[in-house]
Amino acid sequence: MSTTTDPVRSPDPSTSPPRTEIVRVSVPERSFGSELRAIKIVWRRELIRYRSDRMRMATTLVQPLLFLFVLGSGLQRLSSAGTHGVDLKTFIYPGILAISVLFTAMFSAASIVWDREFGFLREMMVAPIRRSSIVIGKCLGGATVAATQGVIVICLAGVVHVPYNAVMIIEIFILQLLLAFSITAFGIMIAVRIKQMQSFMGVMQMIVTPMFFISGALFPASGLPGWLTVLNRLDPLTYAVDPMRRIVFSHLTISAAARRALDPGVTWWGWRVPTVLEAGVVVALGLVMLAVAIWEFSATD
Amino acid sequence: MSLTDSNGATAAAISVRDLVKTFGEVRAVRGVNFEVATGEVFGFLGPNGAGKTTTINMLCTLAKPTSGAASVAGHDVVTERDGVRRNIGLVFQDPTLDGYLTAEQNLRLHAELYGVQSDLVKPRMQQVMEMVGLWDRKDSVVGTFSGGMRRRLEIARGLMHSPRVLFLDEPTIGLDPQTRRSIWDYIRELKEREEITIFMTTHYMDEAEWCDRIAIMDHGEIVALDSPETLKGGVGMDRVTIHTDDNDAAIAALERQFGIEAKTSEGAVSFGVPAGEEFVPRLFAEFGLPIRSVSISRPTLDDVFMSYTGSSIRDAEEDQSKHRNRVMMQMMSGGRR
Repeated sequence: MSTTTDPVRSPDPSTSPPRTEIVRVSVPERSFGSELRAIKIVWRRELIRYRSDRMRMATTLVQPLLFLFVLGSGLQRLSSAGTHGVDLKTFIYPGILAISVLFTAMFSAASIVWDREFGFLREMMVAPIRRSSIVIGKCLGGATVAATQGVIVICLAGVVHVPYNAVMIIEIFILQLLLAFSITAFGIMIAVRIKQMQSFMGVMQMIVTPMFFISGALFPASGLPGWLTVLNRLDPLTYAVDPMRRIVFSHLTISAAARRALDPGVTWWGWRVPTVLEAGVVVALGLVMLAVAIWEFSATD
Repeated sequence: MSLTDSNGATAAAISVRDLVKTFGEVRAVRGVNFEVATGEVFGFLGPNGAGKTTTINMLCTLAKPTSGAASVAGHDVVTERDGVRRNIGLVFQDPTLDGYLTAEQNLRLHAELYGVQSDLVKPRMQQVMEMVGLWDRKDSVVGTFSGGMRRRLEIARGLMHSPRVLFLDEPTIGLDPQTRRSIWDYIRELKEREEITIFMTTHYMDEAEWCDRIAIMDHGEIVALDSPETLKGGVGMDRVTIHTDDNDAAIAALERQFGIEAKTSEGAVSFGVPAGEEFVPRLFAEFGLPIRSVSISRPTLDDVFMSYTGSSIRDAEEDQSKHRNRVMMQMMSGGRR
């Protein structure tokens, strides 16, 4: 039993490779610079993953484009009286600019669940870096990916009768970047607590769909029933959709009546919230959620 | 303790005192003590669920000890986590590679996470990948690798930053004999070439033989700790295993006729005697019950394990899995906590 040849034993020195000088490296003390480097590495990995995943690029665009072209074209005849001659697709377009970012950012946040399931998260957790660097890197990576995806939707402006104006494009891109950051932070805050991909997808559906429907991406946020008005003002996405619509509509030549009907703006007790404040709400929420995510992630074993 | 001597003499690579870890009611590790010298290959042997992985997790700062203290490479695992992390390499039981990246990208990422000087990344990478025989596959996506290749790549990655202590948690589990053998070749080569301490867990007895010293762990406690030879010598008996039609009757007869205490293990009756080959003729001559087969073996680590824990490692694992199933059933019937 124990005296026969042991498959593990093979002490044959002649097969050992020739000796060479050992390359010895050392790991430096942790510093602010090393944390920045770690953030960059985590961020870059997200981008590498995104680049190699063409399917994801396509699939996250399907839903927004369905809403834009199918819903937009299909409901056109029903709604033409209410839109004062403006194409329904043009009206929905700003909403689509926001939700394409929403979907992609949530998907990016899923990568932390993915990494946990496939073990890679552990590799990062035992490295001599702060947990917060991992979360910040993930968040910036997801934001970059989502904003990139948003650019594809920006490119569709001409198809829905929106002029390509440099200032408009830059303003929208900045808004998308901020929104992408906040949504990714939100997604990561949830993802940190969830161990399985399937549960995350479920939770995500449960949160993302109402957020999208209530936000006013598909309808003007004025003259709604009271309960819906309250929900709409509480929905963070509202504060991204509204400024996007305002920016897009400021570059359209339409009647004053159409403008009043379609771009009424978001009001707090009758006061129209300015664009800068709306963007501020998005960023502030993002930072709060990022802080919660970091706190949660650092507390896990 | 050797750690406290300040003149830089060979300090212990790992030093553990009264380490305890509890998860709620479950006491996974119940106060273990040991030291591992620099350059040693130290093995943790025990069935699944004995607390080996929990101990490793505490040593590599992934879990906080409930009480007690431990230091690795001269750094405390609780108060100097970064110091520990910079000096250890880890190969986990479960894969932790990024399957979407190439082998080279995985190692590069690791080197950057650890802040390895950029001009040394390439030569070091070539060295560790050549050691595990994967240099020619560096541009392949890890998702296309077999289980054995991945484990080898993980070992290479764990060595990228020249750690002083390398932790291997079941490095050969689930691998075929050839791959297991080659992984042991790497470990031995590593030990010769680099000044490194290796701490590993295993539940393969034949692998434990390769360690300089082994600690046998059972139910969260270290029940024996010494070199494999000393441990086997301590048992001092040959193990005789007989297959009979009625094991209980055979055990009773052995007790009555020879005063031998026998146990059933894996469906056979087994017992220890000082000189097996002299005892067997006596057994056939005097034993009344029919014996279908008999085998004698020199003391192995299995016997060592058995003499300290009272069961073979496989039986211990069955018990563990039964226990696990029971816990699972309770959890499912009682709802999740």
